[in-house]
Amino acid sequence: MYNPTVARLTYRALLGRRRAAILFVLPALLIVIAVAVRAFAGADDQVAANVLGGFAIATMVPLIGVIAGTGAIGPEIDDGSIVYLLAKPVKRPTIIFTKLIVAIAVTMVFSALPTFVAGMILNGNGQQIAVAYTIAALVASIAYSALFLLLGTVSRHAVVFGLVYALVWEALFGSFVPGARTLSVQQWSLALAEKVGGEGAITSEVGLPLATVLLAAVTVLATWYAGQKLRTLKLAGEE
Amino acid sequence: MTTIEIDHTSRWFGNVVAVNDVSMTVGPGVTGLLGPNGAGKSTLINMMAGFLAPSTGKVTLDGALIWRNEDVYRQIGIVPEREAMYDFLTGREFVLANAELQGLDEAAAQKALATVEMEYAQDRKIATYSKGMRQRVKMASALVHEPSVLLLDEPFNGMDPRQRMQLMELLRRMGAEGRTVLFSSHILEEVEQLASHIEVIVAGRHAASGDFRKIRRLMTDRPHRYLVRSSDDRALAAALIADPSTAGIEVDLSEQALRIQAVDFGRFTTLLPKVAREHGIRLLTVSPSDESLESVFSYLVAA
Repeated sequence: MYNPTVARLTYRALLGRRRAAILFVLPALLIVIAVAVRAFAGADDQVAANVLGGFAIATMVPLIGVIAGTGAIGPEIDDGSIVYLLAKPVKRPTIIFTKLIVAIAVTMVFSALPTFVAGMILNGNGQQIAVAYTIAALVASIAYSALFLLLGTVSRHAVVFGLVYALVWEALFGSFVPGARTLSVQQWSLALAEKVGGEGAITSEVGLPLATVLLAAVTVLATWYAGQKLRTLKLAGEE
Repeated sequence: MTTIEIDHTSRWFGNVVAVNDVSMTVGPGVTGLLGPNGAGKSTLINMMAGFLAPSTGKVTLDGALIWRNEDVYRQIGIVPEREAMYDFLTGREFVLANAELQGLDEAAAQKALATVEMEYAQDRKIATYSKGMRQRVKMASALVHEPSVLLLDEPFNGMDPRQRMQLMELLRRMGAEGRTVLFSSHILEEVEQLASHIEVIVAGRHAASGDFRKIRRLMTDRPHRYLVRSSDDRALAAALIADPSTAGIEVDLSEQALRIQAVDFGRFTTLLPKVAREHGIRLLTVSPSDESLESVFSYLVAA
């Protein structure tokens, strides 16, 4: 199911492109904010939760997910270089699964790791807040990677759709329409954080059992469907 | 012995029919797929390569359907027309990745790089390669697993004459080894020099099939049209029409010239100056009026 050559090509494509700069900029920004907040406001559990929930989980994780998820396959389909993967006796679902693993790893490294570091800076893991949000970021990394990898497989405008989902749906729409929050990777991952964090420190709109089922379902279905789409990917259209 | 069979296959994109009820068999040796731009050559190759499903009909490799069948790539090597490859890799890394995806190792990659004579630049990034170098690395990536079928889409585009000769030599050798080599081109001379067998595609239809002599004959035996101006057009017309090599003559008043349709190309070209001299007529203009490849192809389709 996992092909090391596909993985190597995907890592190099992801980290070698200019777009990859965002992968470094966003976590750096989070750390800078954490240092500044700690310096000016001191260690405060509520402030720490606000920064990690408001910036790290609501904005940074989905953005990194968009870059890594769509970037793991979209550019290759766009420029046609994916023929070199497709013209091989390698099962198409294997290509998708490998790219998913790479996208998850990249998203975790560039979102969960900085979330943990920022949490430690903000309040030294008081009320388990750093660990709780890190777990949320890890879980969200998986679901976002799967979703955005599918998007990158089916659409040439994957980045735009991804950004709309990440910023408009997750960040904006979710704050006004309660129903939207039920269908939000962010809320599902927060359901896990809620259990880990101190009493009342973190809240989610979704219960843990439902959140777990939805996370698993979205990840599995998106990956399966992307594998099917790749099997019938049409590379023509030049004539 | 590996054979690709295209059986009553059509492919359309929305309302546009790109390939129209084509049947052909591509066997060992070098086959040239000849046709003007936009004739459907790439669509046909994409179906043979398993990148496109036929709308109707079927495309098979030794009896096995190619579409949605990753196993065929153990036997097929593909050189795509598009330039895009993994530009951030070196030539060696790229060919090695292709070898690994075929379940092979460094040795296979090095052998393929040697075959296309790209060892000297193998450690440079592909982004720095010229078009001809890219073409050769693409070729190496298709050859790593020594496929029995090689499909090349417009492989000579953008190559200089020396690179073209090298690639032709390589393909000729592969054909002689009994591999099935199919390449597309819109240039008759290219196809003629290389292919022992030619398939002509025009406007999505299979127009002609055969060796280059047969295709050549179809092309030279067709009615030729000439535009002729002389010191006495009417006298010349009267003298020419008496000979069976001339099928029709029209006096074009606006052009002040004769439009002549010749059925026997060889005979007409010797007849014209002879007749002119016998009648003391001076020839001012003799120009073929439909030598473009498209008109040749359109003739072939009608034939």
